[in-house]
Amino acid sequence: MPNRQEIALMAHLMRRAGFGEPRWELDARTAKGYEAVVEELLHPEEQPAISDELMYRILPGYEGALGPPINQADWVFRMVNTKRPLEEKMALFWHQLFATSNAKVDNPPELTRQIAMFREFGLGNYRDLLIELAKSPAMIFWLDNHGNHDGAINENWGRELLELFSLGEGNYTENDIQNAARAFTGWSIAPKIPRNPLGRFYWKFAYKPEDHDGGEKTFLGHTGNFNGEDIMGIIVDQPASPRFLARHLYRFFVADEPAVSSWNTTPPTDPEAIEILVDAYNESNGDIRSILRALFNSDFFKNSQYARVKSPAELIVGTVRIAGSHDGFRPGYNNLALECGWQGQELLNPPSVEGWHTGPAWIDAGALMRRVNFAAGVLGDTSLPGVRVMIDRVRSFGAITPQQTIAACLDAIGPLMVSDATLRELLTHALKAGDLAWDSDEAVVESENKVGKILTLIAASRDYQFA
Amino acid sequence: MTSIKKDPVLVILQLTGANDYLNTIVPYTNPLYWDNRPKVNIPQDLVLPINDELAFRSEVESFKDLYDKGNMAIIHGIGFENSPRSHFRAMDIWHTCEPDSIGVDGWVAKVIRDLDPAGENVLKGVNFGQGLPRAMAMRGVPVTSVNNLATYGVFSSVRSLTSNEERTQLLDSFARMYAPAIGTGPTMEYLGQTGLDALKGADIIKLAPERYSSTIEYANNTIARSLKDVAQVHLADLGTQVFYTSHGPFDTHFDQSGSHAKLWIEISEALDSFFADLKEHNASENVVVMLFSEFGRRVKDNGTGTDHGAAGAAFVIGDRIKGGMFGQYPSLKPEDLNQGDLTPNYDFRGFYSSLVDQWLGLDPVPIVGGKFEQMSFL
Repeated sequence: MPNRQEIALMAHLMRRAGFGEPRWELDARTAKGYEAVVEELLHPEEQPAISDELMYRILPGYEGALGPPINQADWVFRMVNTKRPLEEKMALFWHQLFATSNAKVDNPPELTRQIAMFREFGLGNYRDLLIELAKSPAMIFWLDNHGNHDGAINENWGRELLELFSLGEGNYTENDIQNAARAFTGWSIAPKIPRNPLGRFYWKFAYKPEDHDGGEKTFLGHTGNFNGEDIMGIIVDQPASPRFLARHLYRFFVADEPAVSSWNTTPPTDPEAIEILVDAYNESNGDIRSILRALFNSDFFKNSQYARVKSPAELIVGTVRIAGSHDGFRPGYNNLALECGWQGQELLNPPSVEGWHTGPAWIDAGALMRRVNFAAGVLGDTSLPGVRVMIDRVRSFGAITPQQTIAACLDAIGPLMVSDATLRELLTHALKAGDLAWDSDEAVVESENKVGKILTLIAASRDYQFA
Repeated sequence: MTSIKKDPVLVILQLTGANDYLNTIVPYTNPLYWDNRPKVNIPQDLVLPINDELAFRSEVESFKDLYDKGNMAIIHGIGFENSPRSHFRAMDIWHTCEPDSIGVDGWVAKVIRDLDPAGENVLKGVNFGQGLPRAMAMRGVPVTSVNNLATYGVFSSVRSLTSNEERTQLLDSFARMYAPAIGTGPTMEYLGQTGLDALKGADIIKLAPERYSSTIEYANNTIARSLKDVAQVHLADLGTQVFYTSHGPFDTHFDQSGSHAKLWIEISEALDSFFADLKEHNASENVVVMLFSEFGRRVKDNGTGTDHGAAGAAFVIGDRIKGGMFGQYPSLKPEDLNQGDLTPNYDFRGFYSSLVDQWLGLDPVPIVGGKFEQMSFL
């Protein structure tokens, strides 16, 4: 039998590398061994994918969904039901880092396709991913690269590529931006087919050699007749690249960090951790999978339990996954997608190219009330299959004291570790409610009700807000 | 600033989805209207003329009544240059006042910040609806967003709570779980304070339905319920100065005639009830309601509906409003259209500036991001 610490560590891994796992699946995972599970997560291709064909047969409105929230529901469905949790989590990571928003793109199917690209390339080589990103029609439109012409450059893409997507402020000059922009002239979108009368068509990447500036460029100290691929090759070899990517991975997977805009002047909270990730990048030539392997197997990761505020998507998807309220093809995903937006993370529509402000910035009075009400509403619903399983786990201990009840509930819902203040209050509540008993129908109803209330309170606690 | 005893209150009503300007203020004697709107038009015998050129549609009698009493200003041709035909982008621009870049901070949030710089009243700005509009979002500016006033509060989502007693017990536990504790770290402390703020806001706002009584019966639809909620909170005197709510969907690409009429009947009746309610309580004098939509719709109809356009109309209503029409109805001549759409001739930031400056008494420049031509409807 795995011990409690091992189970807690597995729960931590699954919350971070995925969207959480119900308690009863953690025993089997833990029995496989931590590193073996990390490997399994790193190789999503060995697990079944969600069948688009089946999904679109049962939920036909999702295919090429024209607008929110259905296009977002398509993604939430995958987050909830995926057998490849890290693949989906990395898609969310890249969406946060390469934030592309429907506010301007106004083409939801094209954004959905960008997310699919993140699934396909998100665990591979960093340079390959950057090149795919530069070819993503949604990105080209979002950062105006279709308006970046030979002899008349538009710097938008060149600037954000260096500032927000790869090197970070302070690691390039204005001159580098202009030369990067020149190198990406001609990386454009094929003429669009008008939307009427047949509806929307996907956009297509088109390289237009006649609009490409083939002249000599000097970029980050290198000189040559560079094209876009060459620029990406130079970027990924800059020392600033692994450092910037490492900080993003650390912030997303390990612990909340100060806002990205301050990174130029604020050192990382844990410089040694960043060094470990940078080394993994350099040793593997920018292989994302290798960097993540180093991350998940590190002590700094294992010691970072509850060091991040959950994003709305993590809170919502994680909660319904353990409550078992949305398994498989069923209605309700639109509401989950809307709820993400109401809590401040409208998927596929981030507020700007900087992505969302994360950590404590997720929280304000309105958002916190929604988060608490959502989690407490779901986990306080004793009719949901996952909550039933939690109650049965508590019941398996038989007649127990308030202290034992709280311990059993915290285990069944997580395991979740809570602060002394929360624990004290939970105990005060449970002491008033009294012992659990299961020896008559009435006692069962009463005990189930007591457990339901405790689960409600746990879901409403500050501690539950942390990943 | 207008001299009034009570603090000025602004109610913002967003018409989501792009309201059809041409069928709201109808150029009923203009042959170009009839040429362009063979199917989606307001028949001549179904208009309420304002003058020889323009008319309301016949269903909005009480709305026109507000105009006839001199309590409504109609702002023509509102919008901005290079108006995007995307709902999302256009609404973002209205919300952030940033047409040239992707803005993050909302203009209403900036208003709330300047009305209450210390952030003392979590109810200074209240939104009624699901989720906060970007217009009200800005880090460090606490606002309250209420989906349903009657049930607003922590644990309102827990269906198994059968009695008030059970709920009160859990709320007490919640307050103790979020109470300040030493040595928990800054994020835990921040969460604790925010949780208690949310609890406090909900406690105060609960007073509104408790204190409310009125002879006015609102209709049973979303906008009527929202405006009734606005009235309840306004009448409870909780210091709220900005209310936000929305109605829709106005995105009438298909089968417009019925749906557009229905939406406007609901708005017209809801506003009628709202002002009657405020007057019954002698509380209408310090209230101004503004209506806007992200853009208008295409001049030519598409057979059963209309597609995305550019210029639109905005409205302001209130006892203190100098009624009438402001600005110019954009020309329908083909050479004056922009890609088939009415060309905006008045920047919406001037409209906001008029309200921020002349009604709320704040400097509009930092709020709308510059100096824009104001109108004199106040």
